[in-house]
Amino acid sequence: MTKVLDPTNEATPADIPRVTRPESLDGLTVGLLDISKPRGDRFLDRIEERLVERGLRVERFRKPTFTKPAPVDLRHEIATKCDVVIEALAD
Amino acid sequence: MTLPELPTLPDGFVAIVKEDCPTCELIVPVLEQLASGTQLTVFTQDDPNFPGEIEDRQFDGDLAVSWHHDIETVPTLLAVENGKEVARTVGWSRSQWESITGVSHLGLDLPDHRPGCGSLSVDPSLSADLELRFGGSAMTARRVEFASLEDTHEALFDRGWTDGFPVVPPSEARVMAMLEGTTRSPEEIVASVPPDLVPCTVEKVAINAVMAGCRPEYLPVVLAGVEAVCTDTFNMHGLLATTMPHAPVLIVNGPIAEQIGMNSGNNALGQGNRANSTIGRAVQLVIRNVGGGRPGEVDRAAFGSPAKVGFCFAEREEDSPWLPISTMYGFSSGTNTVLAFPGEAPRNLVDQLSRDPDSLARTYAANLISIQHPKLVLGFDAILAVAPDHSRVFREAGWSREQLADRVNELTVRPGRELIRGAGNIPEGIPEAMEELDLPKFRPNGLHIVHCGGAAGLFSAIIGGWVNGEMGSDPVCVEITP
Repeated sequence: MTKVLDPTNEATPADIPRVTRPESLDGLTVGLLDISKPRGDRFLDRIEERLVERGLRVERFRKPTFTKPAPVDLRHEIATKCDVVIEALAD
Repeated sequence: MTLPELPTLPDGFVAIVKEDCPTCELIVPVLEQLASGTQLTVFTQDDPNFPGEIEDRQFDGDLAVSWHHDIETVPTLLAVENGKEVARTVGWSRSQWESITGVSHLGLDLPDHRPGCGSLSVDPSLSADLELRFGGSAMTARRVEFASLEDTHEALFDRGWTDGFPVVPPSEARVMAMLEGTTRSPEEIVASVPPDLVPCTVEKVAINAVMAGCRPEYLPVVLAGVEAVCTDTFNMHGLLATTMPHAPVLIVNGPIAEQIGMNSGNNALGQGNRANSTIGRAVQLVIRNVGGGRPGEVDRAAFGSPAKVGFCFAEREEDSPWLPISTMYGFSSGTNTVLAFPGEAPRNLVDQLSRDPDSLARTYAANLISIQHPKLVLGFDAILAVAPDHSRVFREAGWSREQLADRVNELTVRPGRELIRGAGNIPEGIPEAMEELDLPKFRPNGLHIVHCGGAAGLFSAIIGGWVNGEMGSDPVCVEITP
């Protein structure tokens, strides 16, 4: 029998359940998150136009750089201000 | 874990010997003298039948007595009263043995003194096992047992702990031996490892270093490498997650490179040197196993590169025309350091005809311009690895590293109109707003000129960098501490 030491972090990932998807966007605030990849903003501009046409409230957010995780304060702000969020990956 | 009880010593005199020691052989007549007039017990480490002349001998085959009583040399003679050691002498010295035993005229046919031999309990090949068996373990990692019918190597692959190559199974004894390579304690936190940002202990680094194939003396370099890449400045998270193929390239400076047998010469960027090959790999295994960074998951590289297995080499300092690259980061020459650079695989650059520094600088500039894209400037750093056949030209001309870098930068300057989007019928390029500027390829200090490579070959090598600065990564140089 061979016995070895576990090389991993031995962490059990926290199981955070997803928020239930809303049946409709009516009356909700939609967050639009630009990750700072080139031209992602163009895509989000267009999405914003479409959402506003439908009478929805839109909040815009931007990550400082796409190469790092969103700062915790930004994540908290999005979570408190918005009901749903659309994140624009781009390239 | 309960420790075995400390083996008690019999009262009287105790001699610890081994058959494979000429001094122990030499003193057998002395032991016979003592056995006839005193209460003598002989513990023998290697051969239960040695010394045949002594009846009251005990076999210390598991070295429990030797280990617990800190025997470093054989023969060692102890005087014991009420189970406690009250006097000790090592090797053979007539005066010492007579003084301890109170018996005179010991071994009159023998030389006055003779040094002993190393005790098996301090034999380097056994000491880790003994430490583990008798000393208890300070290690806290989960123990994972494989069934006797399981193939260990397959089991290690199956758990997702390898980079695709086989790894050395990280047994407790191997990890304990690895930890001997540093003075830092196993539970000390080295860094918070991306992407999962998990606090990583010296012990976890040691486990992964064993798996990578490191020797214990490499561990301080691995620890420094982990520290360097896990800084916010280096941004290992982004480097891992990017679709680009880059990985940490580790450059070692200082006397430690030679002490641990690193290669800075022939084939320095290639295979065949254990330290070069395993140090970079160990850092990558830490990212994979502790940080949770795996290809296809957070690692989104479109191509990846051979550098992602592990890329580490030493600068060739001994005949370099320049100060060590670590001096760019404020360290003094002679300091042991690791420089982490976010780079891709190297490519060769040929110039077998230039014999003056300016023409070589032109060759470098012409090649360096193409990193990532000839129309993308300032956003990527580079390593320029210069081999001795090329560096000789700069030494003879008295060109410093800064002078060479300045000249290369000057030669890469191009007008913005050639670089903007659409120029040359290529949409890729810099923003139109920069049309009126004349721009060099590299930002200040973006070009890292390193001396390495074999003595023959009129070549240099280029290692292109990843997105630099706040948006991406800056190289990080840290001191290697014991």
